[in-house]
Amino acid sequence: MRELTYAEAMAEALDEALRENERVILIGSFFFGLSRHSVLLNRLRQEFGPRIKDPPIAELGSCGVAIGAAMAGLRPIVDVSTASFFFQAWPQVVNEAANVHYMTGGQTRVPVVFHLLAGIRGAGAAQHSHSPQAMLWNTPGLEIILPASPADVKGLLRTAVLESNNPTVFMDHVQLFEVTGPVPEGKYSIPFGQAEVKRQGRDVTIVATSIMVQKALQAAELLMREGIDVEVVDPRTLVPLDTETILESVAKTGRLVVADECHLRCSVASEIAATVAEQGAKYLKAPIKRVATLDVPIPFSPPLEKFVEPTVEKIVTAVKAQMIELS
Amino acid sequence: MLPGTSGNILIEMLGNMLRIRHFEETVIRLADDKQFPGHFHVYIGQEATGVPALVQLRPGDLSFTTHRNHGHLLARGANPGRLLAEILGRATGYNRGRGGTLHASSADLGFPVTSAIVGGILPLATGAALAFQQMGTSSVSLALFGDVVMEEGAFYEAINIASLWKLPVIYLCENNSLEALGQAAGEYPSSTIAAKELTHVVDCFGIPTYLVDGGDTGAVFDAMREALDRARGGGGPVFIEARTVRSPANRPVWPALLMGELDVTMAWEDQRIPEEYQKWYREVDPILRFIRELLDMRHATREAIQELDQQVRDEIAQAVRFALESPFPAPEEALDQVFA
Repeated sequence: MRELTYAEAMAEALDEALRENERVILIGSFFFGLSRHSVLLNRLRQEFGPRIKDPPIAELGSCGVAIGAAMAGLRPIVDVSTASFFFQAWPQVVNEAANVHYMTGGQTRVPVVFHLLAGIRGAGAAQHSHSPQAMLWNTPGLEIILPASPADVKGLLRTAVLESNNPTVFMDHVQLFEVTGPVPEGKYSIPFGQAEVKRQGRDVTIVATSIMVQKALQAAELLMREGIDVEVVDPRTLVPLDTETILESVAKTGRLVVADECHLRCSVASEIAATVAEQGAKYLKAPIKRVATLDVPIPFSPPLEKFVEPTVEKIVTAVKAQMIELS
Repeated sequence: MLPGTSGNILIEMLGNMLRIRHFEETVIRLADDKQFPGHFHVYIGQEATGVPALVQLRPGDLSFTTHRNHGHLLARGANPGRLLAEILGRATGYNRGRGGTLHASSADLGFPVTSAIVGGILPLATGAALAFQQMGTSSVSLALFGDVVMEEGAFYEAINIASLWKLPVIYLCENNSLEALGQAAGEYPSSTIAAKELTHVVDCFGIPTYLVDGGDTGAVFDAMREALDRARGGGGPVFIEARTVRSPANRPVWPALLMGELDVTMAWEDQRIPEEYQKWYREVDPILRFIRELLDMRHATREAIQELDQQVRDEIAQAVRFALESPFPAPEEALDQVFA
């Protein structure tokens, strides 16, 4: 199978979506931030110019306009760029889009996609490093998508743009753009709510999302050298969440580490840990461990940033602690 | 003045105004009787703004309204029974009882969603206009909101985008701060905008503006007609400020029938007007103003107006029976339709 970078796979999905359904429009087009991958959009701009609208720097306005356009028949993708900017749009996303279908008694659908570049990108400091997925997860009515591989971003973006009829938050991690991997030729969509076991293993389950999937896979390789066989489960979507696949894996290994880039308190890791504690306690041979960002704003200076972020080393340490609890 | 339109439309508009007024008088009575929980807002005194504006919309146009939505929905032909059922939280309501008075909406009538967040609908209405432009239709999006929205940042982000992209959206600002006694008394949050004129704020975005008397059916009708022509013809957004007067019913924090109910005969029988509300019923009440104009121009007789009024009252009485007899939703229905 051909290998593509994550960025290339994503550009391909955008191209397909624009080509297949003329109701798809882009509001904002910083999908790849300031990275070298931005050139991937040049051809799309030439071909689909009038359907790519560059809004003023007004996240509340652009997200709200996209929501309104979705109610009136379009399938907009609004690119917010850095996820930290999404807070500017919070009232429209959390208090309008998420409520519309429910509050109208099912009269109105909002097929909009909010695209975010989330996470600790390096030197973003406190105001350009957010992972708002846990905050969003506490808002009923939003689908939340966290791809971690080139094949996944292509299939999940297709589902979000062409198939879902709900407001969907689609979050790329900036550090994923360079990741390469096999991507099937042609069109395919990945249904929401289907986790993927990214690596089979016997001893410990790591449930990881977004960039943490890549870090968990690296940790698994290091641990294998020490004879610890790790299984890596990637939920791929938080809403809907494939609890079944997570519980099946924990039933097999009996140990769980959850890796997530949100701040630890009320993180994605916390919710998954609580779910397993509630529904799968009988499988557990050791207490669940969470690896997440420390509960401080993200600092600028590289050693400080490194200290607070969840790393491969921190995952390795957490897994080893699990194995000690057993013996 | 009277709108320049056919006699049939004039009578249809009067029927809608009476329907709105008697509906909301009923809502206030039901609230007094504790038939529904929570706060609510009425449109009493603003009928001559919404009715002539909304009567001119076409199928396919979309309107976005706020917590003060009853009048707008009824002006587009909402069924008073289903609207009242929504206010009472019944399963037969437009939103299946999930919205209540603050969020009543009807997609079939061109109201995709109603937001009770000040400024919430401004970007939404602007976005609907973007959809119309992209799809190449001549439909228009209408945002109906109070002057307080201009205190919110969402207003400025929305009108800037609408102007930059020349979107077919009409911003109809119903300025209901005038003579808001409660405002002076500190009874509820007041409209506080530093601009001397609301239209000045919009002028500098390159959007054409109108300032009209919101109690003058004809003035609103004409401004709206020009605005619709412009927006449909690709001329971009338009802003209309309609100045309305808060009715005594609408002055307290909780609406109350301080001045009793509207009696159409007050339009020609002065002695029926209660002493303490002389100014309101003689000079301000927009429905009585419209009735006097219709009589002056011989578009209707007193008898025909009384007959129409009785017909509307009967309809509202039937709506009350329908709503009160409607079942509440089953509790477990609370879990469905989070997602489409």
